[in-house]
Amino acid sequence: MRMKPRFRWLPTPYRSLLLFIIWLLLNQSVAPFHLFFGLLLALVIPYICYRFRDPQPLIERPLLALRYILRVIADIITANAEVAILILGPLHKLQPAFVMVPLDLEHNLPLTILAGTVSMTPGTVSADIYPCVEHLAADAPIPQRWLLIHVLNLENEAELIATIKQRYEAPLKEIFKC
Amino acid sequence: MQHWMEWAVAFFLLLGGSFVLIGSIGLIRMPDFFMRLHGPTKATTLGMGGILLGSIFYFSMSPETISVHELLITLFLLITAPVSAHMLIKTALHHRLKALERTLGVSELESRQMNLSAQANRSKSTDP
Repeated sequence: MRMKPRFRWLPTPYRSLLLFIIWLLLNQSVAPFHLFFGLLLALVIPYICYRFRDPQPLIERPLLALRYILRVIADIITANAEVAILILGPLHKLQPAFVMVPLDLEHNLPLTILAGTVSMTPGTVSADIYPCVEHLAADAPIPQRWLLIHVLNLENEAELIATIKQRYEAPLKEIFKC
Repeated sequence: MQHWMEWAVAFFLLLGGSFVLIGSIGLIRMPDFFMRLHGPTKATTLGMGGILLGSIFYFSMSPETISVHELLITLFLLITAPVSAHMLIKTALHHRLKALERTLGVSELESRQMNLSAQANRSKSTDP
C-alpha cells in the first residue's frame, strides 16, 4: 500500500484528471481557454487540498479501477431490474435478512467504496461497519471487522458472502494494494 | 429533428419514468423500514439515468449544440445515493427500529443496537 504521493506537485493524479473532465463537462466546451483553465484548476486545487486530508491509500492499478467501475455500472443495471421484479412480485415470498460479512480491508477509503458498492448492487444495502476502530488506542491491534448488510431476498448466505468478497473486495484490495 | 431521435428520447423517458415509479411503489408496498429502503436506493438510480439520457438526446438534437451536463448529474447521483442510504439505515439502527419478524439474523441486528446504545451511554458519562 502506498500512502505517499509519487510527485509532490501532483499528489493525486486521478483526482486531477476527474476535476479536469468535470470542468470541461460543466462548460461543455473544449476551447483552448477552457482546456488551459481546467488544467490550471486540476493542478492547483488538489495541490492545495492534499495537506488538509487524512492520508489515504492511493490507487495503484488504474486500469483495474476502471474495470471495477464498469463492472459496478453493469451490476447497477442488473440490480435495478432485479429489485424492480422483487418489488412488483408477491411480498410473502421475500426472505429479508441481516448478514454479516467479514472484512479483510482495513482503510477507510476502500471500505467506503466497498460499502457504497454493496448498497448499489443487487438486493443489498450496507448498514454498518464495526467494531469502530477510531475509538481504539493508536497502538491497539485492529480487530476483525464486519460489514452488516440488509438483504431484500436472501437465497444462500454463504454464496452471497463469497460473491461480495470475490467480486468486490478482492479487486479493491488489488487496486489499493492493501 | 430526426424522427428516430424522438423515438430514442421517448424510449429513455418512459424507461426512466417507469423505474422511478417502481421505486416509489416499493416505498409504499414493503412491510418494514429496512425493506422499504431498497426501492428508492436502486430502482431510482437507473430511473434517473434513463431520464437524464433522454435529456441528453433531446438537447443534442439541434445541430450545433451538444449537451453533456447530465453526465455530471448521473455521476453525483451515483456517489451520493449509497451514502444517503447508509445514513438512513444507520439512523434506523440507532433508533432501534423493529425489523419484520421473519427477517433472518435479527439477533445480529439487536446485538449491534445494544452495542451502539452502550457506546452512547459511555460517551455521555465521560462527557464533562
